[in-house]
Amino acid sequence: MYQYDQYDQAMVDARVAEFRDQVRRRLDGSLPEEEFRHLRLKNGLYLQLHAYMLRVAIPYGTLNSKQMHMLAHIARKYDKGYGHFTTRQNIQYNWIKLEDAPDILAELATVEMHAIQTSGNCIRNISSDQFAGAAADEIADPRPWAELLRQWSTFHPEFQLLPRKFKIAVIASPSDRAAMRLHDIGIELVKNDAGVLGAKFFAGGGMGRTPMIAPMIREWVPAEELISYAEACLRVYNRHGRRDNKYKARIKILVHEIGADEYRRQVEEEFAHMKTLGLDPPAAELERISAFFRDPPFEQGLSDDIDRSDPDFAVWVDQNTHPHRVPGYTSLTISLKPAGGIPGDATAEQIDLMAELARDYAFDELRVTHAQNIVLAHVRKADLYAIWQKLDDAGLATANLDLIGDMIACPGLDYCSLANARSIPVAQKISERFADTGRQRELGELKLKISGCINACGHHHAGHIGILGVDKKGLENYQLLLGGSGAEDVSLARIVGPGFDEDGIVNAVETVTNVYLGAREPGERFVDTYRRIGMQPFKEALYG
Amino acid sequence: MKILTGNDLKTGDVIWWAGDTRWSRHLADSVDAGDEAEAILKREEAARRVNVPYVVDGKQTDQGPMPLHIKERIRAFGPTVRTDLAINTSIPIVKV
Repeated sequence: MYQYDQYDQAMVDARVAEFRDQVRRRLDGSLPEEEFRHLRLKNGLYLQLHAYMLRVAIPYGTLNSKQMHMLAHIARKYDKGYGHFTTRQNIQYNWIKLEDAPDILAELATVEMHAIQTSGNCIRNISSDQFAGAAADEIADPRPWAELLRQWSTFHPEFQLLPRKFKIAVIASPSDRAAMRLHDIGIELVKNDAGVLGAKFFAGGGMGRTPMIAPMIREWVPAEELISYAEACLRVYNRHGRRDNKYKARIKILVHEIGADEYRRQVEEEFAHMKTLGLDPPAAELERISAFFRDPPFEQGLSDDIDRSDPDFAVWVDQNTHPHRVPGYTSLTISLKPAGGIPGDATAEQIDLMAELARDYAFDELRVTHAQNIVLAHVRKADLYAIWQKLDDAGLATANLDLIGDMIACPGLDYCSLANARSIPVAQKISERFADTGRQRELGELKLKISGCINACGHHHAGHIGILGVDKKGLENYQLLLGGSGAEDVSLARIVGPGFDEDGIVNAVETVTNVYLGAREPGERFVDTYRRIGMQPFKEALYG
Repeated sequence: MKILTGNDLKTGDVIWWAGDTRWSRHLADSVDAGDEAEAILKREEAARRVNVPYVVDGKQTDQGPMPLHIKERIRAFGPTVRTDLAINTSIPIVKV
């Protein structure tokens, strides 16, 4: 994985020193909150429901064991012994003290980490496929491109005060595991008939209060001009994106209002200009970055056989591993969704254990997924049983990847000052209701996503089943949505009807799964059946 | 009743106005600010005894002063899903 050069390290160290001084001035009263607020947000420090919350960047969700141990250390020393992995492939801590924040950032900097690009109206942490560099179905490794975009976007002087926050995802496989088309810019690396690498650009997607699927803006951008084209996309947005209304300031509104064709025309005009400026990095720089992502020393000739005599282990293998491109290896997902647990939360001890497993079995590398799980991307199949035993001892061997128990849930009103309703208790009750692994597997792939407000951090628009918490006259109420997907079959979920209370929404989820079980045809997932039979049968079962 | 709340600047802890220049981590210590609420907020913020303060509507209950909105009750007592971190587990947060 990428390692800082002197410039990266100098920039991060300088930022820590700068923030330390800003905090000092805030504490001595010389910097008022209204001036300090955007400075702390630029360093990932929010003021949330109970305390300051620090969001730490994990670029494209990739980190090494030393960094993971640091995350555990911070949880233990500065927080309350746990952290929350987010849908942006980051981690956040809920109980941070302002007076500790500079020390935390200084400790993070010692392992090449920071909290830059985790807040504010800038280009946020680049997200990507958690199986990058490992998946059998990828046509290229997206990580060098994600890293290139990170370096281009970090402190980019033109894009520090965008109309609104800006999220970019890069994938390189026909399977979209990063909700790419629900980003402000989605980039899919592709190869043409001659086998040359290029990029397909999508722009104007997003969730939030106005969900949009990004239309394709350009089918082919030569790889060596990817940065110029991205810059052209941003420039048009920065010029015309609405700054008069926060709720209409995202690029999706611009693309929708002027139309994809007009947006594309303007981007092309800007792109033609960009190409004259020589902004794209020289081939040597891309090669320098790519060198950090070369294959680890895979053993050759390994067997794909796995001893499946332990039935619990066999189920976990079937559910939580993903095909690897090298024989004898697999990518395994550690579910952070135990029955009745808090989705995405992990204790310092669990974080340490995952770091140790990465060091001992996975070439020292971990990935955070947008579904709030942890991946060990390169694991020998022969080691799976030993890993599973250690995970099981730590409560981390839940076999539910992509099943109903593997739900996304935002922190909701238990932690978030923006939320209107609690998400986590709903997630816990649903996962308890469907705790039986056999029952979950009978339901098959079912993406359930819960948000505690319209901002949609829990991706409810992209859920096969989505739940949106709202405030109804001071009481928590939950709307049920069906038919969304953040994958390559991207679609936006639709609200079924009137909302439910906390217990009612749990029952409603069970009701719609029963409709599915009664109506499905062989091979159909929940969302396939929904698309075939439509909303009405579900509506009738729920409301009569 | 009008309850005043905000966060401690250094620690971020949720705090409640307990009269005069006093702020407490315990909602039970809060007192009704009445018509003086806004003036008190200005004074206390200027003195940096509280960060980002605001007024919430509340009522007196058998268990003491209680915000009307669930969000403020969660702020007062901690996450409902981590009762091990709660400030006072004996008080029902969701419904009052």
